[in-house]
Amino acid sequence: MKTTLNVPSAAAALVVAGLVLLPLYSQLTGNIFVLTLFTRIVILALAAASLNLIMGYGGMMSFGHAAYLGIGGYAVGILAQEGFGSGFLQFPVALAASALFALVIGALSLRTRGVYFIMITLAFAQMAYYVASGLARYGGDDGLTIYNRSDFAGLINLSDRVQFYYLCLACLLGVVLLIWRIVNSRFGLVVQGLRSNEQRMQAIGFPAKRYKLVCFVIAGTLCGLAGALLANNTDFVSPAVMYWTRSGDLMVMVILGGMGSLFGPVIGAVVYLVLEELLSQVTEYWALIMGPLLLLIVLFGRGGIMGLLGRFSRG
Amino acid sequence: MLLLVEQVLNGLQFGLLLFLLAAGLTLVFGIMDLVNLAHGSFYMMGAYFAATFVAWTGSFVLGAVLALGATLVLGIVLEFVALRHLYGRDHLDHVLATFGLILFFNEAVRLIWGPAGLALPLPSWLTVPVQIFPGIYYPAYRLAIITVALAVALLLYLGVMRTRIGMLIRAGASNREMIGALGINIKLLYTLVFGLGAALAGLAGLMQAPILTVQIGMGENILILAFVVIVIGGIGSIRGAFLAAIFVGLIDTLGRAFLPDLLRQVLSGAAASTAAPALSSMMIYLLMAIVLVLRPEGLFPAGNR
Amino acid sequence: MAEPLLCVKDLVRRFGGITATDRVSLDVAQGELHAIIGPNGAGKTTLISQLTGHLAPDSGSISLAGRDITHLPAWRRSALGLARSFQVTSLLLDFTAADNVALAAQAHDGHSFRFLGDARKERGLRDQALAALQRVGLAERAHVLVSRLSHGEQRELELAVALATRPQLLLLDEPMAGLGVTESARMVTLLRELRKEVTIVLVEHDMEAVFALADRISVLVYGRVIASGAPSEIRQNEEVKRAYLGDQHVVVRHA
Repeated sequence: MKTTLNVPSAAAALVVAGLVLLPLYSQLTGNIFVLTLFTRIVILALAAASLNLIMGYGGMMSFGHAAYLGIGGYAVGILAQEGFGSGFLQFPVALAASALFALVIGALSLRTRGVYFIMITLAFAQMAYYVASGLARYGGDDGLTIYNRSDFAGLINLSDRVQFYYLCLACLLGVVLLIWRIVNSRFGLVVQGLRSNEQRMQAIGFPAKRYKLVCFVIAGTLCGLAGALLANNTDFVSPAVMYWTRSGDLMVMVILGGMGSLFGPVIGAVVYLVLEELLSQVTEYWALIMGPLLLLIVLFGRGGIMGLLGRFSRG
Repeated sequence: MLLLVEQVLNGLQFGLLLFLLAAGLTLVFGIMDLVNLAHGSFYMMGAYFAATFVAWTGSFVLGAVLALGATLVLGIVLEFVALRHLYGRDHLDHVLATFGLILFFNEAVRLIWGPAGLALPLPSWLTVPVQIFPGIYYPAYRLAIITVALAVALLLYLGVMRTRIGMLIRAGASNREMIGALGINIKLLYTLVFGLGAALAGLAGLMQAPILTVQIGMGENILILAFVVIVIGGIGSIRGAFLAAIFVGLIDTLGRAFLPDLLRQVLSGAAASTAAPALSSMMIYLLMAIVLVLRPEGLFPAGNR
Repeated sequence: MAEPLLCVKDLVRRFGGITATDRVSLDVAQGELHAIIGPNGAGKTTLISQLTGHLAPDSGSISLAGRDITHLPAWRRSALGLARSFQVTSLLLDFTAADNVALAAQAHDGHSFRFLGDARKERGLRDQALAALQRVGLAERAHVLVSRLSHGEQRELELAVALATRPQLLLLDEPMAGLGVTESARMVTLLRELRKEVTIVLVEHDMEAVFALADRISVLVYGRVIASGAPSEIRQNEEVKRAYLGDQHVVVRHA
């Protein structure tokens, strides 16, 4: 795979090294803000990586991926509210709920293709948003405060910033590794083949929908993990985390980093969120710049950052 | 009974507005093969322009007409400056670029008009209740909306069915060569069609403005419903969009009005209050899900696609 | 008389006002090479698409080895031994030639819900792929991206992909389209070898190849089969000559 030494791999290695060493930097400089910022970045990078699996490798442009952030988050929040504070219960439930939602939504949405698929995944995610807004018992529009982070019985203390950061980072790297294995497996080749030429794949004997659905479910489940981590990070979950513009953010991270590249989503998340942070410190109206920036990226930046770096290494 | 008639009319009115939005989307998608997520932004701009111009001119009708014109111009300028570069590209590129536009518009509106919403008061002659049946009154303004929207729908229908351009619309984007062969300036046609789509969205926005508050992000919420309408109605079909829009409008309005009471009959009070709002919002999506299961091409798909 | 491998009865397919397939019936016996010829627009590709399951007929039936496959989806027909090459090259462009063929082999080697092993390192699949590529003469180009192969090589790859699914019936839609003289000759030799192992339905315009290879020929004009029989019969059939071969004397040579 990427054991060849070239610019993109070097960049990826650098980013990973940076992420691993970040808490050290934070301790040394006493800058806690950068640690909390990057915890959030790492979690969203995980979400972006899961989206990249269906978008970059599978060719399924889902505009409703943020729904799983909400489902995972609400699983943690609702269980916490009802007195079930154990992470050993909350996290599996978050994953299972996300998988179930992905299964149902995927089965329905995959009956369409192209722009209709985009619209429908968008619509279903908004449905989740509205349902959550209607749950008065769990905060409705105002959201749900989580008073205690997931309890892992002393194995790891999520309230400790550094431990929590490394947990998130471990999850991110684990997921990236998992995706790497999946992509090169039999399953992964089928999914990529379906993106490349579905008609041809059907002709040689692959039932397309089945494979796409399983891929969709895997991606949703992984994003549910990100949702559970995110809820812990903010000690709060609200319908806003599922609002469709959040799905758009995830898409941008994937495309910015480079669709279908392994570390693309990680780099994309880092760049997008750091940029957002920097711009918002400069001006309150950062979206005014972000908007046209996106437009320009689409028009000129084929293949995202990883693609750009790749062109440097090819010379 | 009174309530039922009122809610049915409300549903009809909402459905017609959805149709105006969906028609614009379908036109732009059908002719230029362009997915425009920022379509909802025209809806919002129509409303903001209307609130502003009505306040300036003091006249509701004049303000509305100016707002319509402004939205049309905005659409044309946007197409000319930015969106025409997207033709022929991957739909994903469209989604991303227009998503960026949404962010831009929302921020620009916040910059110009501030974060709080605006209100658009109705002139007195539009607030009087009109007697439509003996003993049944309905607000004049909502009747006006229904009338205007139906008129526009009729014009669209005639335009699409009876004119040469309409034939091209029905023939679909695959006939770009034919358009050129007929000697029509494609670039101009595209710009005008886009402007028309924007104007339709703006019209829907400015008509709805007095009823709901004019606020940032109002376009996105209704845009998704317009998508649902297109999916339910059928791909590429304006007739399908019309029927689906009415259907969706009725279901959504009637659902929100009567579902809580219906639920209260069946469930306990507390459970009903929790479930009702959630279920009401879900109804449309449930409907879409059912259509997708039974007829993935939509209920009234156009034959040629 | 053995049961035909492929049996098509009264197949009909309309597109709006046009009847692209007009009550087509034909039989393909096991082991034969059955060619389908006809002028452009006769509906040959439409017919093939209905046979492979990419297009649904309005009425009529198709059966393979006695089993009704009329309403089966394309991938199931592939599992039953039906393979197809496309008229307009339809390959996985961003994969290598070997990848394309290995995937075809993979489709017929159990399920693909395996998430962890490296599929490109599966000996069995790679060996099958290489064997198929060798068959069509592309072994040297195995690790080249399909987008970098020449048009002729891509047509040969289409054939290799179809072969890798170990079909009992091979549907070839103009495999020689766009090939030069040498490449065409190579393809004809290849098909001649293949016909000993697998039943072939060949749609082609290259009359030299058709008359050299076919055991039987069916002629399709405006969606209807106007003649069906041995090459010598077809060559003498007046209706065929008028409708298709025209007044020009087409040089038809025995191989």
